Amino acid sequence: MLSFILILIAGAFFTGIIIRTKSVASGRKGPGILQPINDVVRLFKKGAVYSGTTSFIFQMAPTIYFSSVVMAMMLIPFGQSKGLISFNGDFVFFAYVLALGKFFSIISAMDTGSSFEGMGASRESLYSLLAEPAFFILMGSFALLTGYTSFQEMFAALHLGSYISYAIAILATFVLVMIAMIENSRMPIDDPKTHLELTMIHEVMILDNSGFDLGLILSAGYLKFALYGAIIVNLFIGMVPYPYAIPLFFVIQFLLAIIIGLIESFIARFRMSHNPQFIFALTSVSLLIFFGVLLVLGKFI
Amino acid sequence: MNYIRITNHQTIPVSDIPELDYKSFFELNTGFIIDHPERHCVNYFGYHEDNHIKLICCIADDETHEIYVSSCCTAIQSKLQAFTSKLLCFEKFEREIHENFGLDFIDHPWLKPVRYAFNRADKTKTIANYPFFKIEGEELHEVGVGPIHAGVIEPGHFRFICNGEQILHLEIQLGYQHRGIESLFLKKKSILERATLAENIAGDTVVGHTSAFSYLWESLCGYQASRDMHFSRILALEMERMAIHTGDLSAVCTDIAYQLGSSVYGRLRTPLINFMQEWGGNRLSKGLIRPGRDQFPFTSGLAERIKNIFDAFEPDFNEISDELLKLPSVLSRLERTGVVTPADVQEIGAVGMTARMAGINRDIRTSHPYSLYPELNHEPILKHHGDVYSRVLIRRQEVNQSMAYVRDLLNQLPEQTTTNTELGKPKANSFTLSMIEGWRGEICHCAITNEKGDLVLYKIKDPSFHNWLALALSVRNNEISDFPICNKSFNLSYSGHDL
Repeated sequence: MLSFILILIAGAFFTGIIIRTKSVASGRKGPGILQPINDVVRLFKKGAVYSGTTSFIFQMAPTIYFSSVVMAMMLIPFGQSKGLISFNGDFVFFAYVLALGKFFSIISAMDTGSSFEGMGASRESLYSLLAEPAFFILMGSFALLTGYTSFQEMFAALHLGSYISYAIAILATFVLVMIAMIENSRMPIDDPKTHLELTMIHEVMILDNSGFDLGLILSAGYLKFALYGAIIVNLFIGMVPYPYAIPLFFVIQFLLAIIIGLIESFIARFRMSHNPQFIFALTSVSLLIFFGVLLVLGKFI
Repeated sequence: MNYIRITNHQTIPVSDIPELDYKSFFELNTGFIIDHPERHCVNYFGYHEDNHIKLICCIADDETHEIYVSSCCTAIQSKLQAFTSKLLCFEKFEREIHENFGLDFIDHPWLKPVRYAFNRADKTKTIANYPFFKIEGEELHEVGVGPIHAGVIEPGHFRFICNGEQILHLEIQLGYQHRGIESLFLKKKSILERATLAENIAGDTVVGHTSAFSYLWESLCGYQASRDMHFSRILALEMERMAIHTGDLSAVCTDIAYQLGSSVYGRLRTPLINFMQEWGGNRLSKGLIRPGRDQFPFTSGLAERIKNIFDAFEPDFNEISDELLKLPSVLSRLERTGVVTPADVQEIGAVGMTARMAGINRDIRTSHPYSLYPELNHEPILKHHGDVYSRVLIRRQEVNQSMAYVRDLLNQLPEQTTTNTELGKPKANSFTLSMIEGWRGEICHCAITNEKGDLVLYKIKDPSFHNWLALALSVRNNEISDFPICNKSFNLSYSGHDL
């Protein structure tokens, strides 16, 4: 329960902090931190417009997408407190409930029959497909290391002690940050600010969504960021007591948002054909973690 | 001789242009260009004369600094062997003649409408039934972009044929911006109206087109511009080049999502165009240049302002440019993207920056010098790879070059001698050709007057007219997601093409 509330709060600020960081980095004042939330509230007050060529899939996809993210949020623990739902193997459920949401957003983009949205859908599915092994090898390594298969038990049992475990934690943070960037369609994979349909990935898939539906998709995006942030936080807080853990949660989320803002300010986006290479390289980093775990457990001969 | 040699901004009697039969006209003009890379066609157009159509072809020779003009009379409805069957660079010109007069060109590979002129020959051809090129195939798909775009830009339709993410073919369909400028030039009689029309040919090349018109008109009226008028025009031309190049660098950065470059270049452009406002009351230099007038005399106070603006501009511009051109993520987007080979550029007769980025030395400032350029000893900046990176590099270096020219000019401010007299009536039965190197490339205006000294033809050619084809060629075999930066790196004009 605690983690659910914390993620909600962090999600409200996360995107605003990224936008503010980018504005400051380019010498502008920038909008208020809560502007993204104001946008969503405005959208929630509106009705949606549907194109005549779309079917019921297009209308229900935003809701499924949003609920998949909320469902995934419920699985995230916070230190010693479990998530709302917790069972053995819940990290597999986590990955696939998000994938379900993504699947629906992909078929709803195809449903519009627009050539732009079809391109966006094919790019998005390729990139999530390539990112999947990285996530599973990472989580699988943790399961192997701790001997547990649910988020809460895994994170509770993680102990940073030896040098190798520090290395593992740093690599894992890197992989999770990058997966968060891919899943949220941020730079350097995708450019959320562009107005050019031909270079978009995620943005082009939601071109036809409007009003309430768009509000759902945007707020799901904000929550998704905080969701991955929360997993990273969990790597570090372990059994730290709440009075320290809760501020630490926000500090880490805040730093993550600033890092993303800075990355987006000072580099250009990747060439589209370099993206698969980059994403696939994450899998090899995950494999490094896996070998690190084997070393820790002494299973390497 | 079966052609006449003229120089830039020279007026000759129409009767001095030799008239040939089509066969020798064909052989003469194709013969000029074949195996002569220093020559290209600057204008080829037709107009109604009595019951005939008169074709006039102007070939510029960069080495002799002359323009070879020849003409040919042909009956309406005749079938002619297309120049394009030998030389691709005539492609657009012949399409335009075909569209306007219904002349049929044999062996023309691509006889499609150009801009749907209001007075075109075949009114059944409309923008809605444009014959797009098609490729059949299971694995191919078409992507249509425009005419209404996501950004605030002009309308134009791009039809891609793609194999997955890879572009096989791009066809560009224009004509949405047609305003009938050339016929408006004949209808509007006052010089102010005409100058205003010239200003609005392309909103980003106001100085270029207005200077071309002014030089042409002064030459037609037998008027010699004084030094202070030359000074204002050249200064404004170079300022326009700097401002637009800086703005385009910002736009390229936006398209590759490099936020720092996008905001810094955007900020740097502002003082340049604000200076134009200070000088002539308009940020796009509208109203600054008029034939026979020095509207806003350039004072030493203004010169001081420019010096201050440049002192602030130069270090920042160089710093961000150095940063941009050494950042690996930027280079990976720019290098080897959107390549047009020098051979292709030569073949399609591209002009201006688009020619120079592929190593072809084509710059009116040196090849057909006018005004104060001979004093500036202009050396065109050439690049050889023909990719987006070359075009970005050219922009960067031309900004520095223009800055040096402006500083040079400011060292010797001219005295105010212009008295702003009214120009008289243009000479009767005359032909004039005026070429200016705008920031995009060569702008060519031609005019013909009748026995009363009234205009019977005003022909405008913006560099975009040739160069759109270079964009279509550059994106072949590139990723479709790289189209926006290819497009931005050329930054061609829709309205300049559609007129």
